[in-house]
Amino acid sequence: MSTIQPVAGQNEQHPDVALVERVRAGDLSAYDTLVRKYERQLFRISQHITQNREDAEDVMQDAFLKAYEKLDQFQGNSKFYTWLVRIAVNESLMRLRKRRTGKVVSIDENIETEEGSVPRDFADWAPNPEQNYNQAELAETLKKTIQGLPEGFRVVFLLRDVEGLSTEETAEALGLSVPAVKSRLLRARLQLRERLTRFFKKKMPPVAPRGSEAEA
Amino acid sequence: MTCKEFLAILDDVIDESISPGMRSEIEVHLRKCGHCEVVFNTVRKTIEIYRCHELYEFPAEVSESLHNAIMDRCRAAKGDSQSS
Ligand SMILES: [Zn+2]
Repeated sequence: MSTIQPVAGQNEQHPDVALVERVRAGDLSAYDTLVRKYERQLFRISQHITQNREDAEDVMQDAFLKAYEKLDQFQGNSKFYTWLVRIAVNESLMRLRKRRTGKVVSIDENIETEEGSVPRDFADWAPNPEQNYNQAELAETLKKTIQGLPEGFRVVFLLRDVEGLSTEETAEALGLSVPAVKSRLLRARLQLRERLTRFFKKKMPPVAPRGSEAEA
Repeated sequence: MTCKEFLAILDDVIDESISPGMRSEIEVHLRKCGHCEVVFNTVRKTIEIYRCHELYEFPAEVSESLHNAIMDRCRAAKGDSQSS
């Protein structure tokens, strides 16, 4: 197992703080810098949640505009990026709600399911199994698999594992408690693993070796 | 350590936030439990695969126009708030 990550000093000021200050003082070019810095991530997150490119483009625009207009309400005790993600997640969920009229969309739904909370398939994967697929096939498989997760698990996995937010930041961005994020993350990871096992497990050799572990 | 106990701390193991004492207990369990070893390795691989493959590229052909649209709307918002 590897080394422990160094933790940035509490007193170190995040570079976004100065940019936010400049925007507040009326410097729009500083906001341009912030938009460029995070537009890619915001687009990715919106697209993951809405699963629709037009919606993702709209969400991204709306989220950045909203953040700009509400910058006065941004408290310096969280990161600007975390705050921005929270806005984008809420906008994305609102979009989803509009599309699926009549169906309530929330990251709280389906959390009671026990499905996938215990691993069942213990087949080992081939070494670097993703290399057995071409890029398009692999992307399709990964998309379908993650889209099959309940909304509340998918978003937690996305922010925590794909976008690299900390557990605390993920909790803040989603308005969830830290224990809730942890329990969802575990289940999201286990369910994704279980589903991917179907694609990535070692192909059985033509003649199975007798005896050894066949009873497992 | 039982499989259930291992599963309960799997996330901490993956995020490497466990004490050295716990770490050796885990290593002992993984050496004798093939199932947990597979779960541990494949969960780690699952995360790595999703992290390394950007599923939704930010489309280059629209990124500039999107960016400009965002800034135009912010500029308009700024103008509104100043004139009012
Ligand atoms: Zn075990």
